[in-house]
Amino acid sequence: MRPSQLITALRASLRPDGSESNIVPPSGHTAWLTTFTAGAMAFLAVFALALALASGRLAERWSDALERTATVRLSAPQDQIDLQIQAVLNVLQTTPGIASARALTADEQRALLAPWFGPDLPVDTLPLPRLIEINEDTSGYDSEGLRQRLTAEAPGAVLDDHTRWRKPLAIAAQRLRLLGFLSIALITGATAAMITLAASAALAANAGVIKVLRLVGARDGYIAAAFVRRFTLRALAGALTGTLAGMIAVSILPAADEAGGFLTGLGFQGWGWLTPFILPPTAGIVAYFATRAAAHRKLTELT
Amino acid sequence: MIAFEGVSYGYDGSNLLADINLRLAAGSFHFLTGPSGAGKSTFLKLCYAELLPNAGRVTILDQIATSMSRDDIAFARRRIGVVHQDCQFLDHLPVDENITLPLTVSGQFAEPRDLRELMDWVGLAPLARAYPPQLSGGERQRAALARAVIMGPDVILADEPTGNLDWDMSLRLLTLLMELNRMGKTVLIATHDMNLIRQAKSQVAARVLRISNKRIQLAGADL
Repeated sequence: MRPSQLITALRASLRPDGSESNIVPPSGHTAWLTTFTAGAMAFLAVFALALALASGRLAERWSDALERTATVRLSAPQDQIDLQIQAVLNVLQTTPGIASARALTADEQRALLAPWFGPDLPVDTLPLPRLIEINEDTSGYDSEGLRQRLTAEAPGAVLDDHTRWRKPLAIAAQRLRLLGFLSIALITGATAAMITLAASAALAANAGVIKVLRLVGARDGYIAAAFVRRFTLRALAGALTGTLAGMIAVSILPAADEAGGFLTGLGFQGWGWLTPFILPPTAGIVAYFATRAAAHRKLTELT
Repeated sequence: MIAFEGVSYGYDGSNLLADINLRLAAGSFHFLTGPSGAGKSTFLKLCYAELLPNAGRVTILDQIATSMSRDDIAFARRRIGVVHQDCQFLDHLPVDENITLPLTVSGQFAEPRDLRELMDWVGLAPLARAYPPQLSGGERQRAALARAVIMGPDVILADEPTGNLDWDMSLRLLTLLMELNRMGKTVLIATHDMNLIRQAKSQVAARVLRISNKRIQLAGADL
């Protein structure tokens, strides 16, 4: 079915022309079950969507933060350390693809170690390697060639291009994002299954109504449309309520900040706040096709 | 209108009706009689493709029943009005909306004046907004008749339409059916009420069919 045909079918299905809108008797439990299911699923889908989008942001942030930087770790005897630092800096300044390089000060190294050893660590008295921070330019550099040059000029220098840190983090973030979208797919499938069950139950409960409608010349398409309309509207209403509730719940989550990290960054940001609004129409489309399939199957059985 | 050629129908391998040959001509009036369980309702269901024959050929409004699609059957039923003994309605809709249901499902609307006339004709105008469970047996039968004729069908099939009615109400319903026949409609009434048949034969050229030994015979001379 082409998108234009789908839109036409949905509009025809939802148009309140009063024709087949009231031929299906108002049913009790299937009505609120469908609405509740669609609402609950939409609520969960909002969180899954928030997780997927937050994971995407996290993956990008980690990638961006680590992708254009590298570190040289230099271990050398105390009396040679300054010479070797200078040698490394000379190598780095003449390496194509490196925008800048500088040795971290003792204070900066102390700050890096403070979370583990406290603020009073005597860096100067400990045999710690010195760190040189490298910033790449957009063209990048040949890491293997740089390693060989560093080995020749400063034997104690080790290039860490962050690949071994970046890769697992990026993979973890991508997996989280995938998990979020997989959850949305599962929620969609579960919604379709529940609406199919509810529609089938409603059709079975209304076998007498269907018999009367057929007796007076109703086409199966007409009968199916009556059920499709009802369930699609219920799913739309439920999903809209669930989506709004989900968005309110996400909005009151703690805001992202430097200290909180990932767990406090689960909300939507910017245009991301618009994405949950795709859920109600999605629920409507799912309900439309699920009910349509259930109706045609049931009507064939009832022949 | 409706023709049976060598038609057999049965359940679980045994025939209820066998080798039926019959033609209901346009504008004819037939009674179908026979003992309970003889197959009267089954015969009527074959007439509007509720059932399909095991053997032979049923032709409904120039279409062979076994070759009709579900939509074809739906369209044919708009030209065949059916009145059942256990009149089935949509209980959540008022009587007037039940009566106009054939129009509704075919995408048409009843003119209020026409509907009022029809309701008057069957004597249900005061009960237009009542719901089916509030109607008596006779009122339900008349509502079913009104529903059966609202599309101006070519054929009217009535299955024991007076089964739950007293004699006066039966006569009233019979009169309505005879009026329709005079308007050119083909009428087939399945009934075991011989008095009703005798009453009709004095006023209309009705033929009587009897189901006996799985076959249909013309039985007019017996009455």
